[in-house]
Amino acid sequence: MAVLLLAEHDNKDLAPTTAKALTAARAFGGDVNILVAGQACQAVADEAAKLDGVGKVLLADAPQLAHQLAEDMTATILPLMANYTVLLAPATTTGKNVLPRVAALLDVGQISDIVEVKSPDTFVRPIYAGNALETVQTSDKIVVATVRTTAFAATGEGGSANVETVGAGDEVPSSSFVGAEITESERPELTAARVVISGGRGMESGENFEKLIAPVADRLGAAIGASRAAVDSGYMPNDYQVGQTGKVVAPELYVAVGISGAIQHLAGMKDSKVIVAINKDAEAPIIQVADYALVGDLFEVLPELNDELKKAGYGD
Amino acid sequence: MTWVISGFTVAAISHVRDIGLGAGQTLSGTTKNHMKILVPIKRVIDYNVKIRVKSDGSGVDLANVKMSMNPFCEIAVEEAVRIKERGDSTEVVAVSIGGAKSQDTLRTALAMGADRAILVKTDETVEPLAVAKVLKAVVENEKPDLIILGKQAIDDDSNQTGQMLAGLLDVPQGTFASKVELDGDSVKVTREVDGGLETVALTKPAVITTDLRLNEPRYASLPNIMKAKKKPIDEMTPETLGVDIAPRLKVLSVEEPKAREAGIRVDDVATLVDKLKNEAGVL
Repeated sequence: MAVLLLAEHDNKDLAPTTAKALTAARAFGGDVNILVAGQACQAVADEAAKLDGVGKVLLADAPQLAHQLAEDMTATILPLMANYTVLLAPATTTGKNVLPRVAALLDVGQISDIVEVKSPDTFVRPIYAGNALETVQTSDKIVVATVRTTAFAATGEGGSANVETVGAGDEVPSSSFVGAEITESERPELTAARVVISGGRGMESGENFEKLIAPVADRLGAAIGASRAAVDSGYMPNDYQVGQTGKVVAPELYVAVGISGAIQHLAGMKDSKVIVAINKDAEAPIIQVADYALVGDLFEVLPELNDELKKAGYGD
Repeated sequence: MTWVISGFTVAAISHVRDIGLGAGQTLSGTTKNHMKILVPIKRVIDYNVKIRVKSDGSGVDLANVKMSMNPFCEIAVEEAVRIKERGDSTEVVAVSIGGAKSQDTLRTALAMGADRAILVKTDETVEPLAVAKVLKAVVENEKPDLIILGKQAIDDDSNQTGQMLAGLLDVPQGTFASKVELDGDSVKVTREVDGGLETVALTKPAVITTDLRLNEPRYASLPNIMKAKKKPIDEMTPETLGVDIAPRLKVLSVEEPKAREAGIRVDDVATLVDKLKNEAGVL
């Protein structure tokens, strides 16, 4: 059995989700290869080669792969699958976009968001926004699955795999990249951060995120997140959304500020190690899942928290 | 101009209806501006219902539970209807695969503004790959210019069908759409991606899957609900479409996730910081 894992990257850096998905890939017990598909992404391949337990890294480097569009990625991955019986990717928007297309053309199903590899054909995955976990066994000849990376620890470095160049598929002209608005931030990436502070509708405006949450986040080296309500209200861009349809996070510390805790939000953060809720409503559902709940007005609590952290020597 | 063309087109449709043109026959060629949108939809447990896992671990209890159209599918129907209302589409066809009750969901789509519907009837479990294969057969009959569907269903959370369908049809895909702009033979789709937003241009026919912020679906008005009762729903089956829907997955068990242990209330910020530092050890 050989496993092909699709690397998550932006042509410059290998995303931390790859090392986590690698842990799932290694649980199959076979040889694991990583595919880095992109443009001018040799550095990413070199980074992937350092991960522990990687047999080799395949590098597909071509202009049409620059934005990893599903059509061109599929054309590149399909011929490679002659050599593999498992195809995995982190369940990011790229993995979710590409893998089902590949699976369909291999005439196999896909198992989405696996959180446990019980055996090479049996997996656990969340359904109903994480309100149930199903264990499924596949009868397909090739296993295609996306990995919920918060459920797996990252594989460390220590490997020195070879990087082998593979060809890209023919360019698919029916789909082309027009542009992107990618949020630039000095803060850690939401899904990889050790601490996440999220704001909800209670924040009342985007300016309040900047004024009240950002200073605390900076002190703790935290990523900032938002509830769907805060994103829908235009306080924060979509890529800050934590929840079932946004990002799934599981940091050491998750601080929910002015978030009521709709089921869809809880689905995105309830596997965090420690959850703190700051909310004026003592009956809010978020209070029920919090390890530490502070019932109070966030407009008073957040500046106090900032002062208290400053006093304790954080971020200075 | 748009109004005139759109008025003409609507007249053409009703004329053709009058002479009894049924499903499977398209209007291609009858009007210059013809543009058909196919909207696959799914009936699921209502968004607001708290699900219950059966005690024998065999699945989620669906007995006597309120069912509704999957929220992402509602967004897909809304988008298709808005495109038609702008005069950029001439026909919106809703399709659902499922038991007889899926008729109710199709009626909702018709009340929102879809012109007609197709029910592919089956009481079997239909996995995303099988759904995509059934839809491919429907697409081959209907020849739509666009297929707009929800990015995922809130029951199995698979997020696969649109991508699989696009692959099987060998057409481009614009997944997780927050904006759809028609531009002649192509369609520009703004996608919600992990880093922000990405825009792609796709040649029609294309598959688009909807994300939450694409639009806010309307509530069907009572007159439209009444009107929807008269709109046609064609029935077919996976067998008559020649599609094998045998499942690839066996569900071994369904369990509830481990509950979090109850936490504590802290009275002030100083206590909170102290607990996080000295008790939880996360600061």
